[in-house]
Amino acid sequence: MIKQRYSRQELFAPIGTEGQQKLANKHVVIVGAGALGSANGEMLARAGVGKITIIDRDYVEWSNLSRQQLFTEEDAAHAHTKAKAASRRLQAINTSITIEGVVEEFAAETAEVFMEDADFVIDGTDNFNTRFIINDACAKWRVPWVYGGCLTSYGIVLAIMPGKSPCLQCLIDQIPQQGRTCDTVGVIAPAVQITAAYQTAECLKYLTGYEMSQELLNFDVWERKHVAVNVSPLINPYCPSCSAKATYPFLMKQQGIQTAVLCGRDTVQVRPAQTNTLSIPALAKQLKPFSDSMKDNGELLIFTIKKNRFVVFQDGRTLIHGVSDVEQAKKLYQRYIGA
Amino acid sequence: MELHVNGETLHFAKDTMTMLDLLEAYDIEEKVAAVEKNKEIIRKTDYSQTNLEDGDRIEIVHFVGGG
Ligand SMILES: [Zn+2]
Repeated sequence: MIKQRYSRQELFAPIGTEGQQKLANKHVVIVGAGALGSANGEMLARAGVGKITIIDRDYVEWSNLSRQQLFTEEDAAHAHTKAKAASRRLQAINTSITIEGVVEEFAAETAEVFMEDADFVIDGTDNFNTRFIINDACAKWRVPWVYGGCLTSYGIVLAIMPGKSPCLQCLIDQIPQQGRTCDTVGVIAPAVQITAAYQTAECLKYLTGYEMSQELLNFDVWERKHVAVNVSPLINPYCPSCSAKATYPFLMKQQGIQTAVLCGRDTVQVRPAQTNTLSIPALAKQLKPFSDSMKDNGELLIFTIKKNRFVVFQDGRTLIHGVSDVEQAKKLYQRYIGA
Repeated sequence: MELHVNGETLHFAKDTMTMLDLLEAYDIEEKVAAVEKNKEIIRKTDYSQTNLEDGDRIEIVHFVGGG
């Protein structure tokens, strides 16, 4: 029975038993355990990729359940971290592979650690700031990856082979402003699934020894439109991220407290200058007298003070809901959690 | 003139326009990932010198950030 686990995939001629053995020895890093990260993660776990690392900075909310397939109502009710909830589910799907869930932000300071033994990176993020960090980290370490984005009924995919095909930076000279996001104009699961399917397909191709596509693909599943453009001529010989003269601008370490506005969610993430393990019970004890409500779920401390809901992670990162101004968020962080 | 943009036929009052004019008309210039004119990819630096003619087929692919 167990031997037959991959039989249908092995019967698929381009993979075969040889390709299956290759998959068992590969390590894929998935950045982001949202909709795309979940969908890619499930396919890769079922496909028998030997090791999957899934990194995410967030926790499960009810609004995620319409499309983030690894999560259940229980995960939302308990505000489980996405990385841990995803890794539990992926491990349950396939106990014969190694799954690692990392509750952390994929940031300039930490990105390169994940590159050391990665064979491939899947973009499961929902923002361009993180994508440009992936782009630089993968370019520097020569790790192939696949960009995926989706919004409303629309999706876009591009496989990137650093140094050989244009990178994200070659195609855009500035980070696009995110006027429209999943939190403002929505997204439907079929758009997620198609995007993820093309990402996983490119990943499986590469891992089993094939060349990836050089086409930038986009589609609208509602309107049933597909456009594929071969972007290989757009590789920039002076690209700051992927050329021989690269400076990797998005891997520059930042100083001091870092903040990130989570688009459309009226939420700011505050990350301390030094992420180190914080004592959640001690913080809970200290803040109890000020809080209107408080919950410690073993992974996170969640409490409300006046209009703001704080979600504190063990690495000291905090999501502050009910605020969109970065300076305001920093002040709240310093007042209640620390410098 | 008439242009076929992403499979749709669009009519424009102007008789001459460049790729940049077209992208500006849609206000999506900064999100554009790639543009093809009659199956030929156009570099970003060439948008303003690329003249469009009646009947041209344009494919515009734009970035989205969600996921
Ligand atoms: Zn590049």
